[in-house]
Amino acid sequence: MAPQSTGSHPFRRRKRHIGERIAEFLIRLTASVSILMIFLILVFVLREAWGIVSYLSGSSPTAQTEVTVHKSNTDAPETYGDSQPDSYGEEPAPANEPESYNPDVQETITDTSGIVPTETSSSDEPESYNPDVTDYTATDAGTEKESEPLITKTLSQNIVGEVWQPISSEPKYGIMPLILGTAKTTFLAILIAAPLAILAAIYTAFFAPRRLREIMKPVIELLAGFPSVVVGFFCLMLVADFVQSTFGVEYRLNAIVGGIGLAIAIVPVIFTITEDSLMSVPKTYREASLALGATEWQTAFKVMLPAALPGVVAAVLLGVGRAFGETMIALMATGNAAVYSGSMLEPVRTLAATIGAEMGEVIWGSLHYNILFMLGVLLFLVSFTINALTEFFVKGMLAKKFQGEA
Amino acid sequence: MATLRHSGTTRSELNKKLFGYFAVGITVIGGFVVFGTALFMLLHFLVKGLPHISWEFLSQAPRNNNTEGGIFPAIYGTTFLVLTMALLGVPVGTATALYLTEYAKQNSFFAKSVRFAVNTLAGVPSIVFGLFGVGFFVQFVGGGLDGLIGKGGSSAVFGHPALIWASATLSVLTLPVVIVSVEEALRAVPRELREASLALGATKWQTIWKIVLPNSLTGILTGSILAVGRGAGEVAPIIFVGAVYSLPELPTSVTDQFMHLGYHLFVLATQSPDVEAAAPQQYATTVVLLLLTFGLNFTATIIRSRIRKKRLA
Repeated sequence: MAPQSTGSHPFRRRKRHIGERIAEFLIRLTASVSILMIFLILVFVLREAWGIVSYLSGSSPTAQTEVTVHKSNTDAPETYGDSQPDSYGEEPAPANEPESYNPDVQETITDTSGIVPTETSSSDEPESYNPDVTDYTATDAGTEKESEPLITKTLSQNIVGEVWQPISSEPKYGIMPLILGTAKTTFLAILIAAPLAILAAIYTAFFAPRRLREIMKPVIELLAGFPSVVVGFFCLMLVADFVQSTFGVEYRLNAIVGGIGLAIAIVPVIFTITEDSLMSVPKTYREASLALGATEWQTAFKVMLPAALPGVVAAVLLGVGRAFGETMIALMATGNAAVYSGSMLEPVRTLAATIGAEMGEVIWGSLHYNILFMLGVLLFLVSFTINALTEFFVKGMLAKKFQGEA
Repeated sequence: MATLRHSGTTRSELNKKLFGYFAVGITVIGGFVVFGTALFMLLHFLVKGLPHISWEFLSQAPRNNNTEGGIFPAIYGTTFLVLTMALLGVPVGTATALYLTEYAKQNSFFAKSVRFAVNTLAGVPSIVFGLFGVGFFVQFVGGGLDGLIGKGGSSAVFGHPALIWASATLSVLTLPVVIVSVEEALRAVPRELREASLALGATKWQTIWKIVLPNSLTGILTGSILAVGRGAGEVAPIIFVGAVYSLPELPTSVTDQFMHLGYHLFVLATQSPDVEAAAPQQYATTVVLLLLTFGLNFTATIIRSRIRKKRLA
């Protein structure tokens, strides 16, 4: 708006008044974009997952018609893989093919296309998971078969099942191994990251010499700046070898490697928030404790840490949320096989990694596509809950604590 | 504090001392493990990757199954992507920050909701943004635009994964980053400046446009740089919203698909037929990606610390 003289001409004043209102209105409108986006994310991810409902209610249309209904916006799916690469890019589709390294071929595969030997031979060697021409055509055939799934069991039974095998003649969408895999890696990541990060935060906050602190803090915070694909690469190249030689495990990529990778990603999150909340405990607490004759470590562990506890809980919760939804590290370092077992030494597949690996090749609008979006809804709801918990519960506790006692 | 008891008085002095050493010792170990990991990762990539970076690597397209040539298309695609992203996201983020600092009453329901939404947005897993990009931007917005101009099917202009949708998705993802840092910059503008402006008869919007915004330009810049740094490193949201393995030619319009540094690294790391031959390319790509993100973050940190000093002065 151009500067105007403050003359009292009624017309001018009125005009300026209107401009003022428009500006405020526009800014308010833009501020609501954040709220709108949260709703849109939920609505549109849910919308794409909604197709499952038509399968659930017995009288389902065949997968084929579902495809055409949903595909109205995009290219014809039937030809996918051979002749129309433009909507998917020139991707060599078999690359992420989950089957080719799925060690738990628990059920006999009735596929006649002869990919079984490749499968079993490559099962314990994730590296051999490269694009292979024969594999390509074989799995492509599998993809096309998917469009007419023989749903023998009802879908709801299928979804809570223990086998995740979306691309086969009889697709199985059991999400239990994915949930178990996510739980295993997240649990391991927290188990490793939380103690380390909290101890490191106590060290930099109370014990480290000032010079060292000024180097350490930025370097640890630098860890947060590593793109997750780089952390995943690091795990793939180094951590995997380290774990294999230490534990002597059969599979090079497994839940432990994935857990360490996720731990690297969440350590800076937990560290930063814990450090902040330790530093925001009123100085008087520390002084009072020291004046009463407590030593430095007693003050740190028995006064400052309990006082900052809500912040520490918030930090760990946010770490859980981050580890839970992390995609690239899980995709690269866990081995990506949907094994339903409690062992930490076997490959796992997480919810987020499943979406990342399979979304690129799925036929848009198919049941498999709907189920991947359902996994997305699940991820969103869990992260939303964790966030809401930290926001209302933990921050409220923190505020009450310091207002009440400080 | 309830936890402050007369602990240790019954124990012997020696035991107490030993326990003290132990308690401090584990924090030292924790600190150095974390610190060492960070330092090791950084040095490892620099040592392994820097020697393989050459002008050829930076300026040529990949050849021979990604084992030779360079990564220019990926650098180009990433730059194009993040600049479009900043163009879309920074104005929205700045306006939201303006609302939160200048207009919002601290305890109003709307302001609280905006804050909660921003925090929530920061916590949504990045892969969910990718699904959102497919469901909303590509299918709904893109498909809708195609419907408006009467194109569809294989001749779709907008209704397919493309750079513009990847940028839009990333701009939503980085919105919290922009909002938080611009808000900090706006709050750093001294109150007296606003009061002086208002006292001289300027309206609220004039004060914002002429006084507050010019004084926080560097802060807005910081926010944009941080967002760009974050966006450049995110791979999960763009895998199926427009990033591709390889491209015959560079993207020229926003509806083209593109190559991306992070995704290129993912492809190199997981889908190379020959791991040995691809290793130099992998490490060199990693270093370029790290230099890009850390370079941006470092610049932002320096600008930010200057603002903080100015605020204290």
